[in-house]
Amino acid sequence: MYSEKVMEHFKNPRNVGEIECADGEGEVGNAKCGDIMKMFIEVDDNDKITDIKFKTFGCGAAIATSSITTELVIGKTIEEAKELSNEEVAEELGGLPPVKMHCSNLAADALKRAINDYLGIETEETDEDHHHHE
Amino acid sequence: MDKIYMDSSATTPTDPKVLEAMRPYFSDIYGNPSSFHSYGRDAKKAIMEARDNVADLIGARGKEIVFTSGGTESDNYAIKGVAEALKEQGKHIITSAVEHHAVLHACEYLEDERDFDVTYLEVDETGMIDLADLEDAIREDTILITIMTANNEMGTIQPIAEIGEIAEEHEIVFHSDAVQAVGNIPVDVEELKVDLLSLSAHKFNGPKGIGALYIKQGTKINKFMHGGAQERNRRATTENVPGIVGLGKAAEIAKEEVPTKMKKLKKLRDKLIAGIEERIDEVKLNGHREKRLPNNVNFSLKYIEGESILMKLDMEGIAASSGSACTSGSLDPSHVLLAMGLSHGVAHGSLRLSLGKYNTEAEVDKVIEVLPEIVEDLRAMSPIYNKK
Repeated sequence: MYSEKVMEHFKNPRNVGEIECADGEGEVGNAKCGDIMKMFIEVDDNDKITDIKFKTFGCGAAIATSSITTELVIGKTIEEAKELSNEEVAEELGGLPPVKMHCSNLAADALKRAINDYLGIETEETDEDHHHHE
Repeated sequence: MDKIYMDSSATTPTDPKVLEAMRPYFSDIYGNPSSFHSYGRDAKKAIMEARDNVADLIGARGKEIVFTSGGTESDNYAIKGVAEALKEQGKHIITSAVEHHAVLHACEYLEDERDFDVTYLEVDETGMIDLADLEDAIREDTILITIMTANNEMGTIQPIAEIGEIAEEHEIVFHSDAVQAVGNIPVDVEELKVDLLSLSAHKFNGPKGIGALYIKQGTKINKFMHGGAQERNRRATTENVPGIVGLGKAAEIAKEEVPTKMKKLKKLRDKLIAGIEERIDEVKLNGHREKRLPNNVNFSLKYIEGESILMKLDMEGIAASSGSACTSGSLDPSHVLLAMGLSHGVAHGSLRLSLGKYNTEAEVDKVIEVLPEIVEDLRAMSPIYNKK
């Protein structure tokens, strides 16, 4: 079901952990749905993401998408990181089964939350919070 | 890497003896059992023998056994067949919240399309129904009670004989889905006082695609398959001779092996349960501790999710299953675990290890050895686990 890249990220997830007093923190999902993702970012004076960590409660795809998301944005500026889409996350992983695409949404959303937190912007509640599976 | 299979509740390997018994019936003894000539007669003889073996395993008579394509068909046949036959008498059915989907969806179909009324009895936190609730649910127009003998997810064994008594008292037809029980624990239809009972070959080392429905003599039931007169005019279609022979052989073997198999599996099961409880904290055994299938181990491993647990086990060559939504492709985790009162989050983190007759103590030891680290790794990644 999962691509080699997904399996690799599942077996060896990058950037697992938390950052105490992180510059930006974002959380999405809930235990009811079986998916919770938390992202922590450290940002320098040039708006560059110098460190990023994640914690995830969820399936193989959830862990893999979190891991690759951190890998994709570390070293990028906030502006660049904001552009990361869930399609890009899925593509970098060599594709995800259709039923798992929402995991890539969660990872991108968790990152956006962390970025908005850093920027001091209130994030609107998205569908992912209520996690209505369409 | 040596692989370890602990998903026997999903299916079991066909016993080589069963395969051997089936082999002649493809290209050698290939007649249609309904044919007059010797080819037909030889095939017919084989299915008669198989029928007796199946009947013998559950304490029934041969003529009370109808071969089907498996547990799901048997459940559908029993529920829809009785509903149709007795609908003039009443349109109320009682079942439980922890039944297999074959039973639940057949009941839902009758509710949605046939105007039936179904009561789904709740269960307690061990997955057991309450006999008083059953009595309370019985109405003038109740025509069928259908409660499974043993649960596939968490192993709890229901008080079938007591339910049978109640059903008999009220003269209500009683069906039990015994798919997880037959061939694994002793099942006697007289003792249980059932009118109908479903069983499936591939759950006790028989081939897939064949099962049976026990129909007590005198039970009113409509047939679904119209056509020829096979199975005493109850299920038309040319018989699946190799499959039936396989089921018969599996039943013959089970009759002999069940007592020792039960003892062996109980020992392995209890070692596995103890090993997990000793070495991993924040775990919860799902299902009744004592009234439990001898081969079923089901734990909720808190703060982590089922599919990721299965993936890590799979990487170690260990096959198991889970009640998490992600592993079933549905939106909710197992309805059985939810019915027992588990929260969604805890249900998502469930792991089912179901043993079979070929599992060894060394395999159990291996699982006990690798599972704690798997849980530790996943908990280290979990935003909801706080190491104390």
